[in-house]
Amino acid sequence: MSIDCPPPGWFRAPGGAERAWVGLALAWCVVMTIMMPFWHFRGKQNSTGESYAVTPAQFAERVGKFVDAHQVGEDEGWPVVEPPPGGDAYLQAQMWSWYPILKLRKGQTYRLHMSSMDLQHGFALLPLNMNFQVMPGYDHVLTITPTQTGEFQVICNEFCGIGHHLMTGKLLVE
Amino acid sequence: MPGNHLPGLVRACDTTGLPVCLDAQRFIRLHAVMAVVFLLIGGVAAILLGLTRWPAVHLLPADWYYRVLTLHGLNMLIFWILSLEIGILYFAGTTLLNSRLASTKLAWACFGLMGAGGALANVIVMIGKGDVLMTSYVPLMAHPLFYLAIILVAVGALIGVINYFATIYIARRDQTYEGSVPLVVFGATAAAIIAVFTLLHGAVVMVPTFLWSLGLVKTIDPGWYRLVWWGLGHASQQINVCAMVSVWYLLATLTTGAKPLNQAVCRAAFVFYILFINIASAHHLLVDPGVSATWKIWNTSYAMYLAVLASMIHGFTVPASVEVAMRRKGHDKGLFGWLAAAPWKNPGFSAFFLSLVIFGFGGGITGVTLGTQQINILAHNTLRIPGHFHMTVVGGTTLAFMGLCYYLVPLLFQREFHLRGLARVQPYLFAGGVTFMAMGMSFAGSYGVPRRHWDVDFTGATFPAGFDASAHLMLGVLGVGAVLSFLGLALFIGLTVAAVFTGRSNRGAPMAAW
Repeated sequence: MSIDCPPPGWFRAPGGAERAWVGLALAWCVVMTIMMPFWHFRGKQNSTGESYAVTPAQFAERVGKFVDAHQVGEDEGWPVVEPPPGGDAYLQAQMWSWYPILKLRKGQTYRLHMSSMDLQHGFALLPLNMNFQVMPGYDHVLTITPTQTGEFQVICNEFCGIGHHLMTGKLLVE
Repeated sequence: MPGNHLPGLVRACDTTGLPVCLDAQRFIRLHAVMAVVFLLIGGVAAILLGLTRWPAVHLLPADWYYRVLTLHGLNMLIFWILSLEIGILYFAGTTLLNSRLASTKLAWACFGLMGAGGALANVIVMIGKGDVLMTSYVPLMAHPLFYLAIILVAVGALIGVINYFATIYIARRDQTYEGSVPLVVFGATAAAIIAVFTLLHGAVVMVPTFLWSLGLVKTIDPGWYRLVWWGLGHASQQINVCAMVSVWYLLATLTTGAKPLNQAVCRAAFVFYILFINIASAHHLLVDPGVSATWKIWNTSYAMYLAVLASMIHGFTVPASVEVAMRRKGHDKGLFGWLAAAPWKNPGFSAFFLSLVIFGFGGGITGVTLGTQQINILAHNTLRIPGHFHMTVVGGTTLAFMGLCYYLVPLLFQREFHLRGLARVQPYLFAGGVTFMAMGMSFAGSYGVPRRHWDVDFTGATFPAGFDASAHLMLGVLGVGAVLSFLGLALFIGLTVAAVFTGRSNRGAPMAAW
């Protein structure tokens, strides 16, 4: 019984079906343990976690320079900015907006910098469904290569106050 | 073996003959009542949230949605479960080891602090001073009393755990049992050990945050906060898993006379939880900046899968022990004759077995899936995450604890349930509702629908966004499941409260068999 002290000699190796199950489960765990790093390198779909310390003021300054240098249009009063292929793109999160609108080229690689001016935010790209954490004090750098064209929505999926559901942005790929 | 009870402070259980320490019994009762009160608060919050996430109903305004969400998380994930777990520790340390409770003073301190902290947290949240959700990610700031309330609950729980260790110590010192402790006590001890380092993480993260909210500390790094907070947040769920698995073994024994096949295997699996689960909490940071891919992969791959191995082992040994017991009773027909003949009308059994199935298949598989680095990019902060943990914590732990209450009330409150037919249906209703709701969450989340989000139609946003009809359909499934599981929960609370206060006393006679 599970509620009684076990009889002497309880400490013994498992046998029969139980032994086979533990072996199978262990083998499966080993397979999964290997799969995660294997696909990190083979699939090339993952962030390396590249990030740098940055204050909100420093980051806002970089975003401002980036917008001034590369703005190509306007949408609803928001700048549309096209970074140079292979260059740096900036996305600033704050309650409750994503700034600016980015315009990228299919097949080109960019270094996308994201940081927050205030609270933690969640970068969520729809309808692709890619999600990354954006925090104040951290310059989160993703190396990205758009593989399909179109207009994508950016929403916030980390609670950031009462206007959380109003925090949307736009990302264009041509 | 003679116990170490003081005269007049012990009784023999009328059903099992086991010794019941009357001090422990009093505190188990107090903790059970407190737990059910928190469960009721969390449950009312749950139905309000379910009816808000159901787009066709969209009940609450935005401010109240986040407020009630904070309330729900705190009451369900922390207050209800932790309160009942302290009761389980007292039971395991005294009745199963034939010992008295080490200290009634510590037990009062534990109960008082947990009760005061829980009540304070609920008041602060309800008056709108703690709209920071359960995780309270900095720099989101609540009123200082919010953090103080969490600290009070944590300190109270830690005192309860210390009292449990003290009880084991005096039982060992006074030689109230022979040889090794029973399996259920071993599992409860694993839960208690995890509770200690969980609560220490809580202190490391909550005390500075409390000082920060008072203005005494200038900044808290949000990345550091997430790292340490998840040492609290994830590990605390592993207390639940350990306690739940112990309850599975206990209920399997009480309802079918099950006996573990090989205790060394079961115990090794509990040790795996202790060793690996804390490191595995790295899977909450898989899409975070500040921690490298190497760190993420290393911690989540080997450590998480060794913790998963532990659950895989229990997922075999628990039903296997039931199978052996049922076959020994002569239910030997075919491959699954033993399962068909199991006591499905006994709510203790059905709650335990459904909990095992929902936790293992629903919660376990989704958990392993979401915890991989690649899939986490798709799933992070979407409804897939609550879809997963409602199958582990609600369909798993809460359902198992409900099953436990169908024995706790007759055995330790010495009161019989009314309307026993309804009690037999309750686990199925709750399990069905939770499964339905969690599947709605999981599928809606796979379209990218965010968790903790008031309006997935983004009404009034500068740039329109939204989801197609299939995602909305799944949010409807979530809503219907929430209604069903709330009915199951309300039924459970109604039956339990009625039994405790007006149930027929069974003092001096065995409990009515289920």
